[in-house]
Amino acid sequence: MISYYYLGSIALIVIGIYVVISKKNLIKIIIGLDIMDTGVNLLLISVGYVRNATAPIENVPGPYVDPIPQALVLTAIVIGVSVMALALSIAIGIYRKTGTLEIDELLEVKE
Amino acid sequence: MKRVLAAIIAILIFIVFAMAFAKVPFGDVNLEDYHYYNPITNETTQDSVPNHYLVEGKNDTGSTNIVTAVVVDYRGFDTLGEVTVLFLASTGVGALMYVEEKKKRKVKRANAVVETGAKLLFGFIILFGAYIFVHGHLTPGGGFPGGAVIASSFLLLYLAYPKFHAEHKKLNISESLAGLTFVIIGLLGLLIAGYFLYNFLPFGLPTYLFSAGVIPIIYTAIGIKVGSELTGIVDAMMGVRE
Repeated sequence: MISYYYLGSIALIVIGIYVVISKKNLIKIIIGLDIMDTGVNLLLISVGYVRNATAPIENVPGPYVDPIPQALVLTAIVIGVSVMALALSIAIGIYRKTGTLEIDELLEVKE
Repeated sequence: MKRVLAAIIAILIFIVFAMAFAKVPFGDVNLEDYHYYNPITNETTQDSVPNHYLVEGKNDTGSTNIVTAVVVDYRGFDTLGEVTVLFLASTGVGALMYVEEKKKRKVKRANAVVETGAKLLFGFIILFGAYIFVHGHLTPGGGFPGGAVIASSFLLLYLAYPKFHAEHKKLNISESLAGLTFVIIGLLGLLIAGYFLYNFLPFGLPTYLFSAGVIPIIYTAIGIKVGSELTGIVDAMMGVRE
């Protein structure tokens, strides 16, 4: 049986894909990308989970969870933040030039 | 119509993902039961990559926190690339948000509670960020969360005082010095032992602050670098205010 953690994170990814496809506002598309990012991070973390295990810090005894997905997600979060900042500033630049964020109106803008 | 199509595509993707993950076991992975087949020596051992990190990580790196050992020591070169990506994003935001005419935005003064609270909390938040990245090899956290905490203290100042402005030159100097420290430590490892980012300092006793060789130094450099870069991003996005 599939785990609820997997179902939840896949649902987040799919909600992000739906938002990116169907919405027409640039800010909403960027929010959809962020939701997708969160889903992928959650999926990676839950793949590395081991039942009844603790965080891989060796002060305490006992089985530890897999440290590799955590390290990869640490990288992915930072990259996600930089992508989000760059995308938002590109959106702000577009708004300054054209005065709109809707894709339908942006297609008609000619310079 | 378009929304219905998007919903159908999303549901299809959901079904495919769910079918793919239905066979992945959740939680009951026993790290000691792996059978790793080595194609070169043609033999099966019980070693696996996470198992190796968990068993040998303390001896290899001296770090108590295994995630830090993976991020800074085993995959240190990857982290150097990650810091470079963050630097490029910060530069890109600065270049995109630059306006020539310097149009000043009118901003209302914050109320007295916010101003006094910002004055009181600013130093403590920076201290907390520094604590997080100095103890990166002992406790959860590290350079990236610590840098984000430091940038949040500057964000508090921006929200409380409309005329506040971080000086770009000082931010640039601290960021460049931190990046230079990271690269110089890597090159020193190359000189001493022949590997880039080799852990050449003595490891010391585990669970003590002065342990794990170069890992605390590198994480401090990363913390300062991330803090100044995120502050630069916040500064660029706030614009020129009055």
